[in-house]
Amino acid sequence: MPTFVYMTRCDGCGHCVDICPSDIMHIDPTYRRAVNIEPNMCWECYSCVKACPMHAIDCRGYADFSPLGHSVRVRREEEKGTISWRIRFRDGRVKDFVSPITTQPWGEKIPKLAELARPSDEDLNSQLLWSEPDALNIDTGLPVMAKEKFKQGVYY
Amino acid sequence: MITNNPIADVSVFIPPLAMQLYVIAMLVLVVGETVLDTLHKKSARYFFENAEKSKAHRERELSGGEKVSVALKTAAHDVLASGEFCNSRRRIAHLLTMYGFIIFIIATVILVFGYPAAIGTTPAWVPLLWHLGALMVAIGGYWFWFSIRVDVAAEGYPWYRMVRADLFIVSLLATATFALIWSFFQWVGAGALAVLFFWLFVIASTVLFGSVLWSKFAHMFFKPAAAYQRRVSEADGSRDNLPPPADQPEKFGLGIKRELPRHY
Repeated sequence: MPTFVYMTRCDGCGHCVDICPSDIMHIDPTYRRAVNIEPNMCWECYSCVKACPMHAIDCRGYADFSPLGHSVRVRREEEKGTISWRIRFRDGRVKDFVSPITTQPWGEKIPKLAELARPSDEDLNSQLLWSEPDALNIDTGLPVMAKEKFKQGVYY
Repeated sequence: MITNNPIADVSVFIPPLAMQLYVIAMLVLVVGETVLDTLHKKSARYFFENAEKSKAHRERELSGGEKVSVALKTAAHDVLASGEFCNSRRRIAHLLTMYGFIIFIIATVILVFGYPAAIGTTPAWVPLLWHLGALMVAIGGYWFWFSIRVDVAAEGYPWYRMVRADLFIVSLLATATFALIWSFFQWVGAGALAVLFFWLFVIASTVLFGSVLWSKFAHMFFKPAAAYQRRVSEADGSRDNLPPPADQPEKFGLGIKRELPRHY
């Protein structure tokens, strides 16, 4: 579901422009309000929806699976560290969800990679990603599945 | 300079009646074009239809007293204190520009209708307000133009790129700047330059008040309506379909601090 902007709520602050990984949230040259210039290219990550301090961005469902009168709105409360969603179905049912924002401050839980030592060539050629397997909390390494246990009829 | 009445000197070559008619013509232009703008963009219809749509989702009906209270809160917070802005720098710049513009307009009207002729004395506080208003507009406006404007701050465009959305701020800044320069040249006795900047001031203010249909001038009329509707929807529980504020502390996260969108 790509996003769109309520012009009456937007104050043109630029948070969505700044955060959009697809670079499709821009400022309208006539009204100086945010606009999704290319909904077809929207990744639907909802970064802009969650970043908007004015709650001015909404999700528009594709007409084939969510037609007529549904609504998906989000409220982001930084001081509480919460993201709340309200889904209103077209038959009138409403569902509310509250989730904690789990973003950690830079330098505490999220390491500053620039300050860490460069990985060795052996590490770079390994199939393990950085910090694996420690980051997965698996002391014994990644699980391995024996070939004979693979689904029958599937060959590798 | 700041206690000198610039209008009085102009009355030597422009009759006071012509100046008064010009001010009235600008007022008529603003009112007329705002009405046309509202009809053309169907803004009033949008607000009424939005209010009708939200009726189905209301949790309670607001009494007349509550609606008055919401209107007062909107006026005090969103209109008079520019409370809508999430960025404090934008809020300060907007307050400077807004109050500067109001002071400048009121002082101009007092000077043009009260003390237009060179004869007699003008109380020092009126030209003082006129200059102060123009200076406030210039400070807030140039701060906005070079540093705060979203096109520069978040989009990364250079400050000299202009689009239609800039028509209002450019004509407003030109009006205030030319007014100050005109007053300065008049004060130092540079007659020809004073006349030149006076006409530039007239052109800039004519563009400012005559381009309401195409500029963002009308935002001062529909933004309060939008703010009022937003507050009503919070009070009656419809909240424009937004979820209620989170009230489950066990689900609260760490809390984060928003960064300014200036990463270009």
